[in-house]
Amino acid sequence: MSSISENETATKARSLTVDPKTARRWLEVLAGPFALIAVWWLIYVTGALDANLLPSPFATLADTFTNIVSGSMLFDAWQTLWRVLKAFFIATILGVPAGIALGANRSVYRCSEFLIDFFRSTPATAMFPLFLLLFGLGDFSKVAVAAFAAWLLIVFNTAYGVMNARPTRLLAARSMGASKLRAFRDVVFFETLPQTLVGLRSAVSLGLVVIVVAEMFIGARDGMGKRIIDAQISYDLTDMYGSILVSGALGYLLNLFFITIETRIVHWSGK
Amino acid sequence: MTQADGFISIRNLSKSFDGTTVYDTFNFDLPSKRFISIFGPNGCGKSTLINMISGLMPMDRGEVLYDGKPIKATKISYVFQNYREALFPWMSALENIHYPLKLSGLSAAERNNRVEALLADFPVPFDLNAYPYTMSGGQQQTVSILRALVTDPDVLFLDEPFSALDYEMTLFMREQLQSMFLKTRTSMLLVSHDLEEAVQLAEHVLLLTRRPTRVAEFVEVDLPWPRTAATVTESRFVELKSHCLNIFQREVAGGLAA
Repeated sequence: MSSISENETATKARSLTVDPKTARRWLEVLAGPFALIAVWWLIYVTGALDANLLPSPFATLADTFTNIVSGSMLFDAWQTLWRVLKAFFIATILGVPAGIALGANRSVYRCSEFLIDFFRSTPATAMFPLFLLLFGLGDFSKVAVAAFAAWLLIVFNTAYGVMNARPTRLLAARSMGASKLRAFRDVVFFETLPQTLVGLRSAVSLGLVVIVVAEMFIGARDGMGKRIIDAQISYDLTDMYGSILVSGALGYLLNLFFITIETRIVHWSGK
Repeated sequence: MTQADGFISIRNLSKSFDGTTVYDTFNFDLPSKRFISIFGPNGCGKSTLINMISGLMPMDRGEVLYDGKPIKATKISYVFQNYREALFPWMSALENIHYPLKLSGLSAAERNNRVEALLADFPVPFDLNAYPYTMSGGQQQTVSILRALVTDPDVLFLDEPFSALDYEMTLFMREQLQSMFLKTRTSMLLVSHDLEEAVQLAEHVLLLTRRPTRVAEFVEVDLPWPRTAATVTESRFVELKSHCLNIFQREVAGGLAA
C-alpha cells in the first residue's frame, strides 16, 4: 500500500514541477551548444580573431533566422535534402538486394571483396570528373556520385549482416521444417536487418557530405553547398556561418531520424 | 525386415570429420516413447549423434528409421543449448511458439487452439507477450521447449538444454521437463554432460565410448516417477549413477592410457 501511495505522490509531483532528473538531463544536453556560443562570443568581443573572419554569434543567428523565415535558406536546404534522398533511394534499391546476394554466397563475396574495399577507400569526390563525363553537368551527376558512394556502404553492411546471421537460428528454423527460402525470409532477413540499417544510416550521412561538396564544385544552381561557397565568395560571413550550421543541423536530424527508426524496428539489436 | 516397430533404429551409421572417424558402422535400436539420456566422454560425438538422427546434420553413410519410417515422414523437434540464439528475438515469446505451427500451414484459429491447449497443460508464470531478450535464461529455455512441443512431435531432441543455466534454475527446469515427458510420453533424447541429470530424467542412459564411438552400455534406470530432488540421494539412484560413472571412467581411462 505504502509503495502505491508513494508512487501516486511521485506522479503528482512530476505533473506539477519538472522532474529534477529530466531537468538535469536537458541542462547537460544544452550545455555543449551554449558553451560553443559562449566561446564564439568571447573570441568575437575580445577580438582574439579578426572580426573580418568571425562575425558575432548573435548576428549570425539573427541573420540565419531571417534567411529561414524568408524561405531562401529553406529552399536551399530542401534542394540539398531532396538530392540526398534521391541518391539514398537509388542506393537502397540497388544496394540491399546486391548486399543480400553477395552475403548469401561466400565465393561471390570473396571475388568482389577487393573491389568493394578498393572503391570504399577511394574518396567519392575523386569520382566527380568521371561522373560529370558520364552524366553531364546536370543535377543527376551529383545524385549519381552520392548514390554510388552510399551504395557501396549499403552493399558492404548488408552483405556483412547476412554473413553474420546466427547459424543456430537458421538451424532452428530448418529443424522446424522451414524450406531454405522460407528460412531466408523469416530468419536471415531479420538477422540482417540491424546491420542493414546501420548501413543505411551511414549511407545517408555520406550522401549528404558528397552532395554538399558536389553542390560547391560541380556547377549547382542551388543547395547548401552552393550557398556556402557563394557566401564565402561574396564575403557574406553571417550567411556562410549560418549555412554551415544549418547543413550540420540537416546531417544531425537525418542521423537522429535513422537512429529513432533503428531502435523502433530492430528493438532486439544488441540484446 | 531389419527395423523393429517402436524403435528408433540406427543402421550402419558412419561419420568422420577431417579424417577423424567419429562413427564407424554404428548400429543401435533406441526404444521409442521413452526418455533416453546420452552420456559419454568429451568429443565422442553425443551432439553429432542426435544431430544426425534428427536430420540436422548429414551422415556419411547409414540410415535412421523411426518405427520403420524414414526421417522425412517423422515429426521431430529440437531444443538447442543456446536458447538465446535459437529463439527469434524479433518475435514475442508467444509468436515464437506459434512459428512452427505457422510453418506447417495452420490457420490462426487452429494455432491459437493448439497453443492454448499446450499452455493449459503447462502453464507458465510469466508474460508470453514479452520479447525473449527481456526474459531470464530459464524462461527463454521454457519457451524453447514449449515451441518444440507445440507441434506434438514424434521425437524431441534436447542438446544440453540446461547447461547455460545456473544450478537453481537447472533443478527447476529438470522438474518441468520431467512433467512434460510424463504428460506427453513423447520420445525424448537428451544429450547431457551432467551424469546426475542424465540418470535422474531418463528411463535409459546410453553410455558412449571414446572415438570411434560405440555403445558402452545401455543402462536401464528403474527409478519410480516422479523423481524429485530427494530422488538423487536415494540408494538406488546412487547405485545407478556410480555404475554409469564406473563405465564412463573405464572408457575415458582406456582412451587416455592408449
